[in-house]
Amino acid sequence: MKTLFTLSLLATGLLATSAFAGDAVKGKATFVGKGCWQCHGYEGQGGSAGPRLANTQLPEDAVISFVHNTNGIMPPFSEKLISDAELSDIYAYLQSRPKPADPKTIPLLNLK
Amino acid sequence: MTEPRNGSGTDRRRFLKGAALAGAAPAIAATTSVTQAQVAAPRHIPSALPPNAHQIAAETHAPGPIENRIGGKPGSDFMVDVLKTLDIKYTPSNCASSFRALHESIINYGENKAPEYLSCMHEESGVGMAHGYFKITGKPLMTMVHGTVGLQHATMGIYNAWCDRVPVIIIGGNDLDAAARPPGVPTFHAAQDINTIVRDYTKWDDMPTSLQAFAQSMVRGYKIAMTPPYGPVAISLDAGLQQEPIGAHNSGLYIPKFTMPSPPSGEMGAVKDAAKMLLAAENPVIVADRAARTPNGIRLLVELAELLQAQVVDQGGRMNFPNTHYLARGAAVAAQADVILGLELSDFWAVVNSYTDNGEHGIGYNSAKAKAGVKLISISSVELLTKANYQDFQRFQSVDISMPADAEATLPALIEAVKSQMTSERRAQNDQRAEKAKKAFADIRARETAAAAVAWDASPISTARLCMELYNQIKDEDWSLVASEGNVSNWPNRLWKMEKHHHWLGRSGGYGVGYGAPASVGAALANRDLGRFSVSIQSDGDLMFAPGVLWTAAKHKIPLLSVMHNNRAWHQEVMHVQRMASFRNRPSNYGNDAGPIGTMIQNPDIEYHKLAESMGWWAKGPIKDPAQLGPAIKEAMAVVKSGQPALLNVWTQPR
Ligand code: HEC
Repeated sequence: MKTLFTLSLLATGLLATSAFAGDAVKGKATFVGKGCWQCHGYEGQGGSAGPRLANTQLPEDAVISFVHNTNGIMPPFSEKLISDAELSDIYAYLQSRPKPADPKTIPLLNLK
Repeated sequence: MTEPRNGSGTDRRRFLKGAALAGAAPAIAATTSVTQAQVAAPRHIPSALPPNAHQIAAETHAPGPIENRIGGKPGSDFMVDVLKTLDIKYTPSNCASSFRALHESIINYGENKAPEYLSCMHEESGVGMAHGYFKITGKPLMTMVHGTVGLQHATMGIYNAWCDRVPVIIIGGNDLDAAARPPGVPTFHAAQDINTIVRDYTKWDDMPTSLQAFAQSMVRGYKIAMTPPYGPVAISLDAGLQQEPIGAHNSGLYIPKFTMPSPPSGEMGAVKDAAKMLLAAENPVIVADRAARTPNGIRLLVELAELLQAQVVDQGGRMNFPNTHYLARGAAVAAQADVILGLELSDFWAVVNSYTDNGEHGIGYNSAKAKAGVKLISISSVELLTKANYQDFQRFQSVDISMPADAEATLPALIEAVKSQMTSERRAQNDQRAEKAKKAFADIRARETAAAAVAWDASPISTARLCMELYNQIKDEDWSLVASEGNVSNWPNRLWKMEKHHHWLGRSGGYGVGYGAPASVGAALANRDLGRFSVSIQSDGDLMFAPGVLWTAAKHKIPLLSVMHNNRAWHQEVMHVQRMASFRNRPSNYGNDAGPIGTMIQNPDIEYHKLAESMGWWAKGPIKDPAQLGPAIKEAMAVVKSGQPALLNVWTQPR
């Protein structure tokens, strides 16, 4: 189980750096420029207005499809508003976010 | 030619000569024999009563030196006598001519004590301060507002207090006599039925036309405001009534005694039925909004929850339930409940349904989120106070047991009913339920801290980091989070240890933005008198509606640590306009900003630290680097502990 988990994380890492067409730097600008930051935070960290996207476990095509088609609480962004390529960049940006530290190592999250 | 004051004005003047020296007598009666005065004759009878010593002296002796130019004790001095019996500690107000007479009486005749006058820059600030003050002390303040325009300024604050079930005593000035009042400005500021401006969102209002009627109105108004469900009341004072002397025709003046009303509690039959339903439930959930009016309300709710092993959703209208308790839960648990007990909910419909702002044609859609067949019990005093115009009563929700009664007052009976109906089999289930609940609670806590760790080092600073840096510094104080306006993703409620009544005061009530700044100053004033440490999380948009309240805090030495959640936007609206653009399938126009035109507070950025500094605060900012935040908070705390307010302008993530 543990090995599998590590493998899948590794795979995600590989994808983020090489296998994706997306460009994380452009992705950051698009994430801000198209308004994704408003509900997900500049780092995609999530909060009361939208879930965490940074280091998402969702595959890229699922993210693209979700953004274009959702009819849940997030307003959809059609292909006219954001292209698949732009979403690929955003995906790369989200995967490039540093992994959060283990909360046990952050003293302020362990206050008595 | 100058006309004399007409009508009652000239009537009163006829008494001036004879009553000049007798003026003090009614007030003596008023302040010394409150109970006896209950049975005093009504106003028109005193002419038949034997004259008192002062009146005899006035009629039989040569007049002595005149005490003052108006020839007697002013009506507004008597008003102060009345106020003093109610022990109203402060009157945060913006000065104005229509209540100048009462103002003068408060600071001179009343020696500026109970009430003490506090200088405000805006009527909305006065109301907001009274709002916050009440949530700490459980005692109302009064605020004076000027004629038409002052009351108009006060309205949003009054509406918030109404929706938040908070008593505030609004005292208005109004010059009624159209022929006698000064023309021009005071006439613009007068109205025939001035309280109509706020009638829809006050519990009661009045415009007494005699001093005796004022005394009755004031005590009645206070009593109405203080009967749950609490709420604001408005009493408008004629300028003539305040300014003219107490005439001999008022010699029987008395002040009615105030007795604190007891809150209405649920009918016993309904209470027993509710206990039965809750005991039969597999998964009972308690949802509380403004349930704990007092610290005892929290204790009672814990007792009930533990008896039933029911999960509790604290919606946060007040501090209802300790977030450290293993039965504390987020709103989602209501979806699994088979019985829901709603305590003072402002919106029961939304507990069991949801509204998604994403339907066809740009209109949202409703969906049920509770289990089919879920049984609902409501205990809410607000049902005793429904008005037609403003829609704060929310959507209609059918329930199975409805108790229009005060929740806190009903809890002791409900607890007793649960205890007496509890069987040993049912009690035996509790250990298992508790074990399960404790495990679930630990898992939730772990998930919350993991979520807080994401973007921990981000700049602008994450709201989780902001809140935890702050908590780290205040946690060993007797702290009180006096306001948290703007949305910091609820981190204080998720991660701080909130256990006491004053740890969390709830929000504005009516979601009228601009509540946070004045309410935090009012609550900090109350905490100052109790020796407690006040902290607020202050959003940028909220502060800018009436920032003058910062000056009030400095002027009156109200210690408050205000840490800004400065996301440089009216962020809720950023998302609303973005949503509209997405629905309409067109890009949103950001102009030169980071979000839709008209929703961002940037270009130029407001230097809130300078704004605060200019009004006498210690301030620092803008702080964008999370590493600098802790040391800055430490510095600010030292200032606050020395008795001054301090503000940190912190650049934050949007939510
Ligand atoms: C107005 C607020 C808002 C904006 C703007 C917004 N989102 Fe969302 N997003 C949400 C919410 C709320 C959800 C949760 C939706 C749900 O549960 O149905 C969500 C969910 C998502 C998810 C699914 C996450 C998951 O793990 O299931 C993705 C991916 C996503 N958003 C991407 C984006 C991108 C990319 C943009 C910019 C183009 C964007 N969002 C803009 C509010 C928003």
